Parts: sequence; C-alpha cells; structure tokens
Amino acid sequence: MKRAMTAAAAACILATGFAGTGVSASPVAPGDVVFEDGAVAASLTGMPGDPVAGAEIYAEKSVGNCVSCHAVSTLPDVQFPGNIGPALDGAADRYSEAQLRGIVTNAKMTFDGSMMPSFYKVTGFIRPGIGFTSKPIAPEDITPLLTPEQIEDVVAFLMTLKEQ
Amino acid sequence: MKFWAYTALAGALAIAHAPLASAEMAEDELVINDDIEIVTKAPAPAHLGAFDEIYSGWLFRSEDTRDVQRDDFDNPGMLGVESAMEAWDSVEGTAGKACSDCHGALEDGQMVGVRAVYPKWNENAGEVWTLEQTINTCRTERMGAEAWGLNSKDMTNMSALMSYESRGIPMNVAIDGPAQETWEKGKEIYYTRYGQLELACSNCHEDHYGDWIRADHLSQGQTNAFPSYRLKDAALVSIQNRFKGCIRDTRGVPFDIGSPEFTALELYVASRGNGLSVEGPSVRN
Ligand code: HEC
Ligand code: HEC
Repeated sequence: MKRAMTAAAAACILATGFAGTGVSASPVAPGDVVFEDGAVAASLTGMPGDPVAGAEIYAEKSVGNCVSCHAVSTLPDVQFPGNIGPALDGAADRYSEAQLRGIVTNAKMTFDGSMMPSFYKVTGFIRPGIGFTSKPIAPEDITPLLTPEQIEDVVAFLMTLKEQ
Repeated sequence: MKFWAYTALAGALAIAHAPLASAEMAEDELVINDDIEIVTKAPAPAHLGAFDEIYSGWLFRSEDTRDVQRDDFDNPGMLGVESAMEAWDSVEGTAGKACSDCHGALEDGQMVGVRAVYPKWNENAGEVWTLEQTINTCRTERMGAEAWGLNSKDMTNMSALMSYESRGIPMNVAIDGPAQETWEKGKEIYYTRYGQLELACSNCHEDHYGDWIRADHLSQGQTNAFPSYRLKDAALVSIQNRFKGCIRDTRGVPFDIGSPEFTALELYVASRGNGLSVEGPSVRN
C-alpha cells in the first residue's frame, strides 16, 4: 500500500516535471471514490498531503472544523475542542492511512450512521444550503466540504498522530 | 462491521451514554426570586424512549449564566415582559379593545397555565396552533388590529409574558387525539438529518447532550424555557427562531417561522419536555 502510494506520487512528480506546467493528475471526483470496508487506498490527488496545512484545516472553524467535535492534545493552542467524537491522539496507531482517508472522505462508510459529516460528498443531502446562509443551493452547485488536496493534507496530519 | 469500526462505535456510544449527569451537568436548583420553584429535572414522558430523565437547558449553562436567571431584577428578558404588560392593557385596532377587555387584568390570572399546553389543537381552525398564532388571531379577528410578525419584538415580548404568567407550571402539551398526526410529523422532522453536515436534532440533543460541540455545551434542546434571552444576541429569542439557527448550523435551509413544519416540530419538541416547568423568559449564552 505504502509502496503504491510512493510510486503514484513519484509518477506524478515525473509527469509534472516533464510537462513543466505544474499540471498534476486530475483528482478523483467525489462520486468516483472507491471504498473497501470503509477505507480508501489511493490518494485522492495522486500526491501526498502536507501535514502542516492539514493541522490548520483541522483546527480552522471555517474549513475542516474537526475541533468542534474532536480534541488532539498536541494542539493545545486550539481552544475549546469538542468531545462529540473520540480524541484523535494516537489515531495513526489505530488506523492505517487508507482507513483514515476513508474516515475523512466519508465517515459513514466506516461508522454506520455516524454523526461525523462526510467531507467529500456532493449528493444525497436534505435541504442543503449555501454555507451557513440558510439560502438553498442548487444541487449542481454543491462542492464538497473539503477539496481533495485538503483531504490529503488532513490525512497527512492524522498520520502524524502516533503515540507508540 | 470490521472490528476496529465496532470498537470505535462502542466507544462513542459509551461517551454518549456515560453518567453525564454528574460529570457534565450542573448539580443545581433553580428557585426564581427565592419564590418560584422550577422543575429542571423530571422523569421522561412515556412516549420518549431515548432517555429516562429530562433536563432543562438551564442545567447546561455556566454558573454565571445560571445566576442571571435566578432573579428577575438581573434577568434582561424581564424588560420584554414589562413592555408586554403595557401592551396587554393597551387598546389597539378597529374594535377598540385591549387584550385585557377579553381576558381580564393580569392579576386575575386567566393566562396562568396557558403556555404549558401550547402548541395546541385549535378546533375551529382544524389544526395545531402555536401560542403566537393564537395571539395573532386575537389581534386580527377580535381586536381588528394588524397581525404581529411571528418573530417580531412585540410578539416575542407577549410570548414572554405568557411564559412569565405560567412560570413554575409543568409543560403538558397534548399529543394524542386530533394533535397526533401533527405530532408524528414533528417527530419525523426531529430525526431527519438536514443540510450538508447531515445533522438531525437528535444527533446533537439526544445522542450528545452533555457533550461539548466546540465551545457550546449541548443540552437536550428543550423548549420549556422560551422565549429565552440570549446574552450573545442581547435579545429575546423565540422558539422557532432557535430552530432556524440550529438548522442553519447544519448548512441547511430552515423552514419558515410559522410554517406547518416548524409548528409540528414545536409540538413534538415541547412534548419531549412535558414535566419540566415553564421557565421563560430564561437566560442563555
Ligand atoms: C459533527 C461531529 C464531527 C466532526 C465535525 C468531525 N468528526 Fe470525526 N468523528 C466523529 C464521531 C462521532 C466519531 C466516532 C465514530 C462514530 O461513532 O461515528 C468520529 C471519528 C473520527 C475518527 C476515528 C477516531 C477513532 O479513534 O476511532 C477520525 C480519525 C476522525 N473522526 C477524524 C476527523 C477529522 C479529520 C475531521 C475534520 C476534517 C472530523 N473527524 C470531523 C464526529 C465528528
Ligand atoms: C449541530 C448541532 C445541533 C443541531 C443539529 C441542532 N441543535 Fe439545537 N442547539 C445546538 C446548540 C449548540 C445549542 C445551544 C446549547 C444548548 O442549549 O444545547 C442549541 C440549543 C437549542 C435549543 C435551546 C435550548 C435551551 O434550553 O435554551 C433548542 C430548543 C434547540 N436547540 C432545538 C433544536 C431542534 C428542534 C433541532 C433540529 C431542528 C436542533 N436543535 C438541532 C446545536 C444543535
């Protein structure tokens, strides 16, 4: 699994390197993500994420806002974490990268009926609005809560949460 | 389900159903003005399978916020009540009548207990009405006055006066007979996961009351304390305006205030609190 990832990333870097235009492999669309027992094996972007950017997305209210439900003890600067979901310390000891990617992409594929929002999904909502404006959004205008890059960044951040 | 999924799920369930009464909820009693005893904990009504005990949202607020509600001199919501007391005796509309012309002076106590049974089936209209809808019908049909906006300041103040008149009396809305169909509809709405975050009322107020959602301490989302003075908004907030905010927070589109959906939801949520005292105007953060 890890080898496949690195190979894919390498292929990507090579591709962009040769093209010289910064164009990378096109990301997997929300409807095309392949889940296996809740896990998603391949990077949504074909590239590894950035754990530092991931930590910001995790903590930022206007982006991932994971902290509204989770705590991470190594981020003491993040104020008022929630306790709806389990603390994420040691998440990378409990789950593989593919499993974590699956949870962040669509937690309901791992935890049946989970309260955790599906961060990479664009269909199947009841009365969806434009952000927090209370105004209705047209189904074709719905974008996922996180971009593929942001998902990969968050996954990379979660992979740093090791205790063992 | 895979093993690791199962353990995580079991863990989450344990969190939700841990004895949070002691750990996360205030052990406190509410006696307003050293006089009116408020029931903030009661056995759950029989129709509510989810838990055994129901709690007022007051128990989930900080000590400072709880204290503001103990005394009417400190409670900013009382200004709304006082303003409605004036409106009660003021003639308005083409019929030349005030509320008091039909319902007597407030001291006569004809409004005592009214709040506790609303929303309520209205035989003439053939539907369930909220207290606000009933007040508006008095204005338009009996006073010849203009309807108030259901979420207007005048209306919320009058609604707060109705709560004030019933303070301490246990909520007791009827859910059977002609109201049953509306109640069922409200129950369905309560368990529907709205918006892009796909959250139902039950996700927050049934599965996770006592937990923290970021800086907010989740209560059971009871309606017995409305209208409620929100320190953050520096204003009295109506029940359905609170519902609107909660659905907006799911990245969803709320129903309109006064819509059949919100009236049904209000009846259902009120019935979950049957047994808790009316405590409006309450104070919340
Ligand atoms: C509205 C609440 C909520 C939000 C927001 C949320 N989660 Fe979760 N999360 C949960 C719950 C609840 C669980 C436990 C599984 C279950 O019971 O559904 C969970 C489980 C997890 C797990 C597995 C933890 C374990 O030890 O089993 C990970 C990892 C995780 N979430 C990561 C995230 C990340 C990353 C974000 C933001 C991008 C996020 N969560 C946002 C509620 C949330
Ligand atoms: C994303 C989580 C969330 C969802 C979903 C949600 N609420 Fe809330 N609700 C809150 C928070 C946070 C508060 C403020 C703290 C408290 O009293 O629980 C609140 C407060 C309330 C209150 C005020 C309680 C009091 O005593 O002041 C009521 C009533 C209420 N909610 C009803 C509802 C209803 C009905 C729904 C569904 C339409 C709903 N909520 C959905 C988070 C939520």
